[in-house]
Amino acid sequence: MNEKSNWLAACRVEDAIENGGVCVKHGEDQIALFYFTRRNEWYATQNECPHKKQMALSRGMIGSATDEPKVACPFHKKTFSLSTGECLSGDECAIKTYPVKVENGTVYIGTTPKS
Amino acid sequence: MKEPQIIVIGNGMVGYKFCEKLRSKTSSFNLIVFGEEPRRAYDRVHLSEYFNGKTADDLSLSTENWYEEQNITLFLNNPVTKIDRELQKVYTANGLGYSYDILVFATGSGAFVPNIAGIEKEGVFVYRTIEDLDLISSYAKKAKTASVIGGGLLGLEAAKALIDLGIEKTSIIEFAPRLMPRQIDAAGSDMLKSKLADLGLQIYLNKNTTSIEGDDCITALKFSDDTVLDVDMLVISAGIKPRDELAKACGIKVGARGGIIVDEKMQTSDPAVFAIGECALYDGMIYGLIAPGYEMAEVLATNLCEGDKTFTGFDMSTKLKLIGIDVASFGDNFITEPDCRTIIFENKHKGIYKRINVSNDGQYLLGGILIGDATAYNLLLQTSNNRIVLSENPEELILGIRGGSEPAGAGITGLPDSALICSCEGVSKGDICSAVADGSCENIDDLKKCTKAGTGCGGCMPMVKDLLNHTLKSQGKYIKNVICEHFNYSRQELYDLIHIHELKSYDAVLDALGKNDGCEVCKPLVSSLLASLWNEMILKKGNDVAQDSNDRFLANIQKGGSYSVVPRVPGGEITPDKLIVIGEVAKKYNLYTKITGGQRIDMFGAHLNDLPIIWEELIAAGFESGHAYGKGLRTVKSCVGSTWCRFGLHDSVSFAIRIEERYRGIRAPHKFKSAVSGCIRECAEAQSKDFGIIATEKGWNLYVCGNGGSKPQHALLLATDLDSETCIRYIDRFLMFYIRTADPLTRTATWLNKMEGGIDYLRNVIINDSLGMAAQWENEIENLIASYKCEWKEAVENPAIRKRFSHFVNAPEDKDPTIEFVEMRGQKRTAEWKTV
Ligand code: SRM
Ligand SMILES: Cc1cc2nc3c(=O)[nH]c(=O)nc-3n(C[C@H](O)[C@H](O)[C@H](O)COP(=O)(O)OP(=O)(O)OC[C@H]3O[C@@H](n4cnc5c(N)ncnc54)[C@H](O)[C@@H]3O)c2cc1C
Ligand code: SF4
Ligand code: FES
Repeated sequence: MNEKSNWLAACRVEDAIENGGVCVKHGEDQIALFYFTRRNEWYATQNECPHKKQMALSRGMIGSATDEPKVACPFHKKTFSLSTGECLSGDECAIKTYPVKVENGTVYIGTTPKS
Repeated sequence: MKEPQIIVIGNGMVGYKFCEKLRSKTSSFNLIVFGEEPRRAYDRVHLSEYFNGKTADDLSLSTENWYEEQNITLFLNNPVTKIDRELQKVYTANGLGYSYDILVFATGSGAFVPNIAGIEKEGVFVYRTIEDLDLISSYAKKAKTASVIGGGLLGLEAAKALIDLGIEKTSIIEFAPRLMPRQIDAAGSDMLKSKLADLGLQIYLNKNTTSIEGDDCITALKFSDDTVLDVDMLVISAGIKPRDELAKACGIKVGARGGIIVDEKMQTSDPAVFAIGECALYDGMIYGLIAPGYEMAEVLATNLCEGDKTFTGFDMSTKLKLIGIDVASFGDNFITEPDCRTIIFENKHKGIYKRINVSNDGQYLLGGILIGDATAYNLLLQTSNNRIVLSENPEELILGIRGGSEPAGAGITGLPDSALICSCEGVSKGDICSAVADGSCENIDDLKKCTKAGTGCGGCMPMVKDLLNHTLKSQGKYIKNVICEHFNYSRQELYDLIHIHELKSYDAVLDALGKNDGCEVCKPLVSSLLASLWNEMILKKGNDVAQDSNDRFLANIQKGGSYSVVPRVPGGEITPDKLIVIGEVAKKYNLYTKITGGQRIDMFGAHLNDLPIIWEELIAAGFESGHAYGKGLRTVKSCVGSTWCRFGLHDSVSFAIRIEERYRGIRAPHKFKSAVSGCIRECAEAQSKDFGIIATEKGWNLYVCGNGGSKPQHALLLATDLDSETCIRYIDRFLMFYIRTADPLTRTATWLNKMEGGIDYLRNVIINDSLGMAAQWENEIENLIASYKCEWKEAVENPAIRKRFSHFVNAPEDKDPTIEFVEMRGQKRTAEWKTV
């Protein structure tokens, strides 16, 4: 399989929001892309919050719990791990996470979910 | 050998307490209790709370299994009907007989029902048991008017309960020329009467009821002066009658006016029979209060266990727990000159009357009466009970120390360890302080559990709290309220640190004062502090992602992911032209419109992408952000006031607009709301606001710390008859004090509820500048006001910020296609949650 076709060119680094998220259109799908500048890390997850199926995670606040990077949904503040997608607020729902890479100032999202 | 058998008649408060005390001392004795009521002993003192949501279970003094665990045989619904003292046997309603070695009467008392013609009619009640209250509340549903016969402690409580049950007109009929004749004097009664009138109670003094009119049901009361009062129901509260009928029938000596005669060991004329509580007559007196009853239980239980205690009478000091009005009397309340010197303070304007009686040599406090403000009650009671030598200026006891303010609670340090703080449970200052000092109790709940202090009538709670805090402080303990794992500070500490270090962004604060990467708890909190301190554009680069979603997009996010648009409409006043603009904008962008509860118009259902252009159009028409999304000033509601209203005293609309424009945009620990009413009819509902203003003949009355929402609370009067400038100055100070010291997401009402010293302390800070901060605060708020800018205007004019109002980073023109609306009554609404 051609490896390149699995990487979606999402945006330029300068279009991403430092220490926050943006939403990337991927056909009918929506992916939340987070530029965790404080840790110099990139994360991508599904944009839909599984709690009430709201397209909102890219608008959430990011942060950490002990060392785990996380995002809080703006609707009811459920939090999810950015690295594993696990719900940290004790719910049974997890979110999909995607790999991210940066090349020549462009941010790419691997469109096959990690989890 | 067979254990001696004790039979207790009556499972009321004192009967229960006797069992508890006896079992805490010994497990010997067979203990059998007969109760006439259908349920285990409950807290009769707080009976009225049954009307405020407490259940019979909540009021119960014991858990269901308690008697079993304590090896006590309890019969309920089974009154003792006969006693044979020869055979030492009691017989009960079901005909069985039980032998006793020791018999204890704890039969309490019943309501005294005077012999008035027609007293048997339907709709006439007494107020003593849970069953009485059930009957009252079901009858009250169809009653519009009600009366209470008796203006004593219980009568007032019953009358308040009738008002709370929703009876429109409630009155009190008192035979004596004054209210609470046993506790307060004529001047105090006058003051109380006017306060009760404010509650909506009518008071008739010097009234002798001669008959109760009506066919089957009561319809009216007739008095000896030939007047008639129409009423639908009546509660009799004319005093108590000791339940001595059984004792009398079996030949035990009773008093001429009722009561089983006992000596200082609670023994009756029969050496095997004792009486305790409200049925016992000691030294010619029935003690109709719980504390002496508990003391009697203690005396008897101790003596049965070979101890040696005597009952020597009891202090009859009381504090009325009528919600809303303070009334208290203590010690020798009626003693007059020349046997003492009295000091009286009266303030008719505020409805306060205080009288203290001081010994002729000026050394001791003998007793007193407090109406309208009984905050000093506990301390005065202690000062008098412990014979603490007074200072040269005993008037300070009721006036406070003038020229300086004493920290709340300082007076407790002067009390001896033996001072009895909780008289119901007999807990001393020493007991409380040592329970705290040895580490077993760190909060009120622990303290109640381990010492029982405050579990009786609860009147000592303020003092117990003071002692707790005082002891904790003296040990250098201080329970810290940290924000989250990233900041080891309280909000107040962080406020000061950010100020001192002049930090201006979330990241700078996190680097300097926190650790790791922050979270959704500390981010909005720090953002709010930055806004309160510097009032810079909240979406400045880097700070935008530290804002809650609503602040980040300057709009409230809704179900489905759309946003609302709420322009400011100061004071609720709007021109037809501006109304037309709102209508046009809403139509153009397909927004749902609704008049809000805050006197303005909300446009719902805007796409994120459309927000800047919508606001651009609104701003061009002269609108600005209404901050419906921010933790800051919401609306200042107004009533139309003197410009149109025939009752209006001042121009409430102009004042509301002035206030709203003054404080708009200022960020605080939580949102805050205000209102201005043009007269006391209060059409703007100012008393439900964080600060509310009501016009008076002479100026404005300022109320603070009200709240609607989930736990409504009326605002309290801070100051009266202010001119506009003073009123604003006080609000300035009030707001800055709140902004600096409240915990995160704490409305002003909760902030005040947690404040030691309450409204009096707050008043002292705001009006008398007791913290010396007023000048600084006024200065700080002027800076905030001066730096106000409409943040929506800045957002639409700044390309970098404006760019962020798009849903897709890689398709900025596209709106979120998943947002769905449906039609309803000719407008759109959001589709239901797409729940799993
Ligand atoms: C629009 C409005 C209801 C309406 O259709 O009338 C409204 C709508 C909301 N209210 Fe409210 N409140 C509205 C008047 C009130 C009032 C009445 C008033 O202000 O006179 C109250 C009670 C008064 C009070 O606050 O003391 C009120 C008490 C609350 C509370 C409870 C606050 C509390 O202390 O218990 C919340 C929750 C909160 O703030 O944490 C709340 C929160 C909300 C939020 C912001 C919930 C949210 O986070 O999404 C709603 C947002 C709607 C939106 O999308 O714009 N709203 N809310 C009213 C807007 C008034 C305005 O013009 O700004
Ligand atoms: C509404 C209200 C508010 C009050 N507020 C206060 C206050 O603020 N402060 C304060 O100090 N006091 C207050 N009191 C008074 C306080 O409740 C009493 O002092 C206390 O209940 C007395 O306890 P007791 O056990 O002696 O009598 P009770 O609690 O009346 O108990 C006596 C029990 O004996 C039962 N009994 C009677 N005869 C028999 C029999 N032959 N066989 C079996 N059982 C029998 C009765 O049914 C009753 O259950 C208030 C009372 C009421 C009604
Ligand atoms: S009362 Fe509840 S549902 Fe209604 S607007 Fe306020 S927050 Fe929303
Ligand atoms: S929709 Fe995300 S937490 Fe409820």
